[in-house]
This record gives sequence, structure tokens and C-alpha cells, in this order.
Amino acid sequence: MTGDHQTLALLLFSAFIAVTLGITTWVSRNRRGSAEEFYAGGRLFSPMENGFAIAGDYMSAASFLGISGLIALYGYDGMLYSVGFLVAWLVVLLLVAELVRNCGRFTLADVIAARMRERPVRIAAGTSSVTVSVLYLVAQMVGAGSLVALLLGGTSEAARSWTVIGVGALMVIYVSWGGMRATTWIQIVKAVLLMAGATALTVLVLLRFHGDVNQLLTTAAERSGHGREFLSPGLKYGGDWTARLDFISLGLALVLGTAGLPHILSRFYTVPTARAARRSVVWSIGLIGSFYLMTIVLGFGAAALVGTDEVRASNAAGNTAVPLLALDLGGGAGSTGGAVLFAVVAAVAFATILAVVAGITLASSASVAHDLYASLKRKRNGRRRGGKRYSEVVVARVAAIGIGAVGIGLGLLARDLNVAFLVGLAFAVAASANLPVLLYALFWRNFTTRGAVWSVYGGLVPAVLLVLLSPVVSGSPEALFPGVDFQLFPLQNPGVVSIPLGFLAGWLGTVTSPEPPDEAKHAETEVRALTGAGAV
Amino acid sequence: MENREGPDATAVRIDDPWYDALASGWGEADGTGTPAAVVPGPAEPPRDRRSAAEIYLEVQRSAAFQEVRGRYRRFVVPATLAFLAWYLAYVVAATAAPGLMARPVAGAVNVAMVAGLAQFLTTFALTWAYVRHARLHRDRAALDLRWDTQELTREAGR
Repeated sequence: MTGDHQTLALLLFSAFIAVTLGITTWVSRNRRGSAEEFYAGGRLFSPMENGFAIAGDYMSAASFLGISGLIALYGYDGMLYSVGFLVAWLVVLLLVAELVRNCGRFTLADVIAARMRERPVRIAAGTSSVTVSVLYLVAQMVGAGSLVALLLGGTSEAARSWTVIGVGALMVIYVSWGGMRATTWIQIVKAVLLMAGATALTVLVLLRFHGDVNQLLTTAAERSGHGREFLSPGLKYGGDWTARLDFISLGLALVLGTAGLPHILSRFYTVPTARAARRSVVWSIGLIGSFYLMTIVLGFGAAALVGTDEVRASNAAGNTAVPLLALDLGGGAGSTGGAVLFAVVAAVAFATILAVVAGITLASSASVAHDLYASLKRKRNGRRRGGKRYSEVVVARVAAIGIGAVGIGLGLLARDLNVAFLVGLAFAVAASANLPVLLYALFWRNFTTRGAVWSVYGGLVPAVLLVLLSPVVSGSPEALFPGVDFQLFPLQNPGVVSIPLGFLAGWLGTVTSPEPPDEAKHAETEVRALTGAGAV
Repeated sequence: MENREGPDATAVRIDDPWYDALASGWGEADGTGTPAAVVPGPAEPPRDRRSAAEIYLEVQRSAAFQEVRGRYRRFVVPATLAFLAWYLAYVVAATAAPGLMARPVAGAVNVAMVAGLAQFLTTFALTWAYVRHARLHRDRAALDLRWDTQELTREAGR
């Protein structure tokens, strides 16, 4: 990779940073510091804007580079990710989006706490939300570090560390300065850039094959070195039954996790009504669906045009497949077209990471300030509404800085872990700890406080524990601590065990609960959820 | 804790400007179906004061609300079970029956490719069906209930 692309890519990076900082300053010019404004952007975004922002929040660099790379390396097995990431949105659309918009104010815990004794539930839901967010954040930071180092050729440790620190600092600035409004606009800009970049590359790939998809697939199969097997499942997850069960576990986590991601849930509060929330999900399903269809074309295109072996030689995890494809489509290494396309892809990937980390940081700072801090403080000096509101936003801004620091620290520590795996992990924890309690609170008449608390911890603790005991952390050459071996659980992804445990714990906690379920509160939640009465 | 939002908050919300903007165009018949029948709201409130909790219980028991909830559940429960079963069948088939998935259909396209694309298509189709169902059979009745409920809680808070 020559200096040309790097200069150009750096210029585009700087342009994006300048634009986003401009947006941040511009949207915060009239800021009044209310919680409504900071967490929910004043709730005045249109469904289309929010749909783009949701798509921008969801389509991470792990999808753009990671999934295409997996397809380029393993063919069909990479495509399984695309399907899971999209189908998950049906859970969000049918069961969660409208009801959460109607019942809550800023966070996941709002929905559950409305029916329960507030303090224990808020602390539980806040803890699990922060855990999920931090895991997801670390995944994106690690991705940012290796991506930028890879694209700019600076594979030195220092370059990666400084990238992680820089990304962390930028996201803290966006969030603590501009709150939800700035974050949303950054995500919209990023979604547009990402869709445009992916569309351009897809069109170029299809043009290269004169629109003949069959030809594209045949060439990909030939150049992959696997022949027809490349086009059917089994190359990556077809080994022993542990690998196959691991994949089912991942598939379960992907499809159930999305509806429990705090940064996705908080996006529904930025629109005025449940109907607008529904329409924004429709927008985002359209965008996300077409995006994942394009990643499939790009993945097979990279296999066909660049070749699986060359992709693997450049980066063993396949993360450079799309940049290499862009180089080839633009006219090959050394050509101007190649340099331009390569730089554009690099810049889009960078924009993607920045937008996603900003969204996660905002959601987790909301959990810290609105759920954890507010409940802990309430215990001490009662409820004084006037003073609390202002200080809660200040706490959230400070929390954003703290979470940024934690993200940077863990991002530096975990920099050698596979990014797609970390994302899968965040999904698994979200599906185990957040989704069961949310569904129970919305749909189960007899659900009680104890059930809610048990449900959260009963999903969160096994999910985290099973990961600690899995081959990811110890006992394998690629593990976080390869030197020691305390591996007891054979699967990398805990979902298949921990998601049922979360549901089971919620049920068990409820039936053993000494207090009867609060019928009136259930009526209130149900009426509000389905009609929107009293929604803010 | 009894009334989480406080009485004054409910009173302010009734003037939410988004009501009028969104009330227009709801349940419009677009030639593809008939608009939802308007179901009667909860019974007229008796004159005596009631707490918000009682009002929510009463609305929940009203025929109008039961109808809205029934319409929602009758669509969502079967649809969710169907798409989850279809997705799990796809994932299990991909891991447990790669032979079946590798069977060629046309040219380089095999069963696995067709199944994967079918997942995309069914997702889009179900999205469309859900939105249409909600717009035609639920939105108008839910909005009426929202009005009535907020009217009642405002009176209660006064």
C-alpha cells in the first residue's frame, strides 16, 4: 500500500472529523441542558431521520469489513451472519419498538421499573445495560485500532494505541457536548456515507461481471480454492459438533440480542410517537436489509476478484477484503482510481466506527446517570425534582467521559481479540440479560420485582461467567490469556445456555415471589404500551 | 410511586402538538383494504373521583381495549413464532444438514443460497404485513383509547 492512499485517506478522515465536530457545535448552540434534550434529542426526529440513525447505529465496521471478509474467506458461512443480523429486526419491530416507545422515557430500565419496585430493578437493568454497552464498545474500539493501523500501514503498536485513544476522545466529545442530537446527526451522515460507499462498490462488482450473478458465484468458488463447497454452508462451522453448536448459539444470540441492545432501544425515544417509532424501524429494516445484501455481493466479489488466498495473506481475519476489493475495482494497486476508492472505503469504515461508538457511549452514560446514579442518590436524599434534572445531565456528561476512559483501557487490553466475536458476545449478553426481562415486563401479567431482578442477573451472570470459562479467555492458542487454562465451557458463544437461563430465572423468581403481582401497575403498563396513553 | 409521572405531567401532555399532526391520515383506506372499524371507548366516567390506577384497570377491562390487544396479539404471536421457527430451521439446517443445503438449484445457485435470500424476502414481507395490519386494524382504535384514557386521568388528577 503506497503513500498515496494513505494521504488521501487521512485527508478524508480529517474531513469527516471536521464535519462531525461542526455538527456537534452547531446542534449544541441552543442547548438548555434538559434531560429530554440530552438523552432523546428533544424527541423531534422524523421517522426517516431516525430510521437512518438506527441503521447508522447498527451497521458497524464489523459488518461492513467483518462480514464481507468472512464471506471472502469462508463463503456461505459468512452469509449466515447477514441473515441473523437482519431477521433480528423482526423481534424489534413486532415485540419491542412501539411498546418501549410508549412506556419508557430514556432507558430500558424505565419500562421495567414502571411496574416494579423501582430501585432494585433500575440497578439491575442499569448494570446489565452498562455491561452490554461496554462489551460492544470494546469491540468497536479494537476494530478501530486494527482497522486504521491496517489501512494506513502503520502496524506498529503505538499507532494502534493512539488510534484507540483518539477514537475514544472524539466519541466523548460528541456525546458530552452534543448529546443525542449530535449523535443522531453523526449517525445519519454515517449511514448515508456507508450506504453510498457500499452501493458504489456493489455496482462496480456487478458491472465487472456484466450483471451475471451466476458468473460472479462461479468465479468466487473457483478462486477460493474450495470449489463448490465455497457456496454451501460448512467451511467454517461444519467441523465437529462443538463448532456447529457454537454456531447455533451465535445465531440465537444474534436474532434475540438486537432487541436488548441499550443503544438501539434508546433510539426509539427520539421520535414523538409509537407510530413514528414503527415507521423508523421500517426505514431501518429497508436500509439494513439492502446493506447486508450488498455485503454478500462484496464478499463473493472479493473472493472472485482478489482471491481468498490474497485476502487471507493481508489479514488472517479477512478484515481487509473490502479495501482490497476497492483497490482492485478502481484499477489495481498504483492507479489513481484504486487509490481513491481505497481511501473512500477506509474513510467510510472510520466514520462507521466513530458513529457507532458515539451511540453506545450515549446509551451507557444514560444508564449510568438515569438508572444507577439516580436510584442510588434517591435513596439518600429523597426526590427533589427541580435540582435532580439538571444534575442528572451533568452526571451523564461526566459518565460519558468515564465510559470513554474504560472503553479506551479495555480496548487497549483486548486489542488482539477478534472483533466479530466480541460483537457476538455483546449480543449474547443483551439477549440473556435484557430481552427476557423486557418481554416479561411487557407481556406477563404476573411478573414481579423479584422475577425482574432474577431475570436480569440470571441471564447476565451466566453469560459473563461462561465467557470467562470459555476457550476465548483461556486454554487455547488464540485466547486472551493463552498461558493459563481454566476453560470449562466448550463453546465460544454462551447464548444457547445463558438465554434460556435468563428466561428461566425470571419465571422462577416470579413464581417464588412472596409479594403478589401488582395488578394495577400491570394494567397501566399494558394500556400505556398498546395505546400510548400518557406517553412522553 | 403510586402515580409515577405526577398529576401535573399528565395535564401538560394532553396539549401535545403531535396529536393533531398524527391524527390526520390515520387508518386511511388506500384501496388495499378497509379501515379499522371504530370500537366504542370505555364507558362514560362516573362523576366521583377515581385514582389513576383505577382508571387504567377500568380501561384495561373495557371491550375497546380488549379488542385492540386481541388484534395486536392475534397478529404478533403467530407471526413471531413463525419467523423464529423459520430462522431456527434455517440455522439448524445450515449446520446439521449441509448436504441438503448444497444441492444445486440452477447454475451456481444452491438450496442454501435460495434459503438465505428467502430469509431476506420473508423479513421484508412480514415487515410490510405488520405495518399494514397495524395501520388498518389497530392505530385508529388505539388513538381513540389514548385520548379517552388521558381525558380520564386528567380529570382524576384535577
